Amino acid sequence: MVTRTAPSHLTARERARRAARGGASQSVPAPLLAPALIAVAFLVLPLVGLLVRAPWRHIGAALSGSDATQALVLSLWTATTTTAISLVIGVPLAWLLARTRFPGQRLLRALVTLPLVLPPVVGGVALLLAFGRTGLIGRYLNSWFGLTIPFTPLAVVMAETFVAMPFLIITVEGALRSADQGFEEAAATLGAKRMAVFRRITVPMIAPSLGAGAVLCWARALGEFGATITFAGSFPGQTETMPIAVYYALESDPDAAIALSLVLLLVSVVVLVSLRDRWLRGGSVP
Amino acid sequence: MTRAGSGGLVVEAEVTRGSFTLAVSLAANAGEVLGLLGPNGAGKSTLLSAVAGLTPVSAGRITLDGQVMDDADAGTFVEASGRPVGFVFQNYRLFPHLTVADNVAFSPRARGLSRRAARSAASHWLDRLGLTDLADRKPGQLSGGQAQRVALARALAGQPAVLLLDEPLSALDAGTRLDVQAELRRHLADFTGPCLLVTHDAIEALVLADRLVVLEGGRIVQEGTPEQIARQPATDYVAKLVGLNLYAGQADGSRVALTGGGNFVITDHGQHGDVLVALRPSAVVVSTEPPQPGSARNTWPAKITGLTLLADRVRLNLEGQPSALVDVTPAAVAELSLSPGSQVWLTTKATELEVYSGSDGRSAEPHDAAAP
Repeated sequence: MVTRTAPSHLTARERARRAARGGASQSVPAPLLAPALIAVAFLVLPLVGLLVRAPWRHIGAALSGSDATQALVLSLWTATTTTAISLVIGVPLAWLLARTRFPGQRLLRALVTLPLVLPPVVGGVALLLAFGRTGLIGRYLNSWFGLTIPFTPLAVVMAETFVAMPFLIITVEGALRSADQGFEEAAATLGAKRMAVFRRITVPMIAPSLGAGAVLCWARALGEFGATITFAGSFPGQTETMPIAVYYALESDPDAAIALSLVLLLVSVVVLVSLRDRWLRGGSVP
Repeated sequence: MTRAGSGGLVVEAEVTRGSFTLAVSLAANAGEVLGLLGPNGAGKSTLLSAVAGLTPVSAGRITLDGQVMDDADAGTFVEASGRPVGFVFQNYRLFPHLTVADNVAFSPRARGLSRRAARSAASHWLDRLGLTDLADRKPGQLSGGQAQRVALARALAGQPAVLLLDEPLSALDAGTRLDVQAELRRHLADFTGPCLLVTHDAIEALVLADRLVVLEGGRIVQEGTPEQIARQPATDYVAKLVGLNLYAGQADGSRVALTGGGNFVITDHGQHGDVLVALRPSAVVVSTEPPQPGSARNTWPAKITGLTLLADRVRLNLEGQPSALVDVTPAAVAELSLSPGSQVWLTTKATELEVYSGSDGRSAEPHDAAAP
């Protein structure tokens, strides 16, 4: 025997809403609602704390009083250089992964995506072991060219590239996989060689993903901390990027730390807004 | 079997894709439009793909004006970008990020012309196809008919030696299709090289093609002029396409014993053995009473299993010995109160029956139609 529920009241507004969305009841069960609200609070409250504690009155002084400008400039140019390098060497790799077949490809894809899950500090140690003064490659760079990479701005860029480039690669690879290859076939029948097809058809067609991948890569590079501090250290003006400056300022000058954090928060919000079409629409994957 | 002459396009090849194998031998001469007709999965698009160099052949060879494009035995292969081929794809594949003018200039540019020369070549073709006003539009802003013309202009602008058209009208709605078809016919007439036109629309094939090749299950089942194929289809598929009833049977002078049951009296041309009998749906008379003896020699009972309203007539599906499609007027349906299940009598004159052995010697026996 089927149990029947007693009829409940349905307001005109709710009726209209359900009709429009085509769904059944929209009410949320309590066991789902409570944890969801806790999650929201957990994610939002720290940001609220940052905004409440911000030294709004003398924020200018707080920013200029430290090495903030230096750190900001260093962060911006290293992140931008990282993104440029990632585009130049990462996009071709994404193309190789998406469009060709070769032995060891799966292993290579795994290696490429490893930095996504690897603790950045481990990446920093690895970089040090490879490019350090006595490292695998670094020792030759040192003895042949007198080149020392660690604890230089170049080391910052390398650390950021190691951590951030995979974001660009997987974004672009996904776009290349899902792109309609019919257009590339059409271009081939029109006489375009493979490189011309890549330049004139493939790249323009995946431009939105290329842009998103670049922004993502840039944002990740800007926030890089662990690999950078391990491989490049924290010399003000040389290798002390924004996140590192925030970390040290927190001990000596909390107001400056908060002000610097606000700047990074602002940058993040701008990044998020620029990616809103891809991420905030819900349900879609970059 | 080798085709004579080195000019035009000659395909004598097998193309294997997974479990599907296309095995064809055909030739298209300069200036000829060769229609490739066949159901989905027959291998029509695979054939175009092989000619364009997008799919290598697994055996045999493809030559164009005597030059080898693909030869599996010799290991010769000309890349798609190196073949003088103009391809109009089914959904046109116009580059969405380029304007109409840049789409049309793409091939001249890719084939080595300077930017300026490519642009002027493009403007020539835009002018010829009446697209000059649309030059600055993006493909997304074009109607279906316009997109079709742009695709054709883009393919022709590369000055190809062979033109490949994959269902060029299938993306259009019925209204614009006739106009575009007439226009396409004019442009194809101007093209001097061989042209392969894939279609599964009978009218399109009859209007546009000089000669037809019917493909089914990766094999050529019939070849001939549109008239021959329309009058004497070799398989059920073609018969349905051109709207004919087709029966296989054993002829013995003036009588054909049909393989599926039933008999026809035919005009005696001394035919014996395996034959095909084609019968137009409009050449059959339907009556609700057994007809009086008359000049019509073939009369048989049948049951209506379905009625379909076509533009100006009603097509009856009838089950009997043999089964048939019959066209009658809507008025006749009302007067005779025909409905599914009605028992009727069918009559047709012996002179209405087209009797022939499978055309150009190919067998008309059923074959596996399975293909990916």
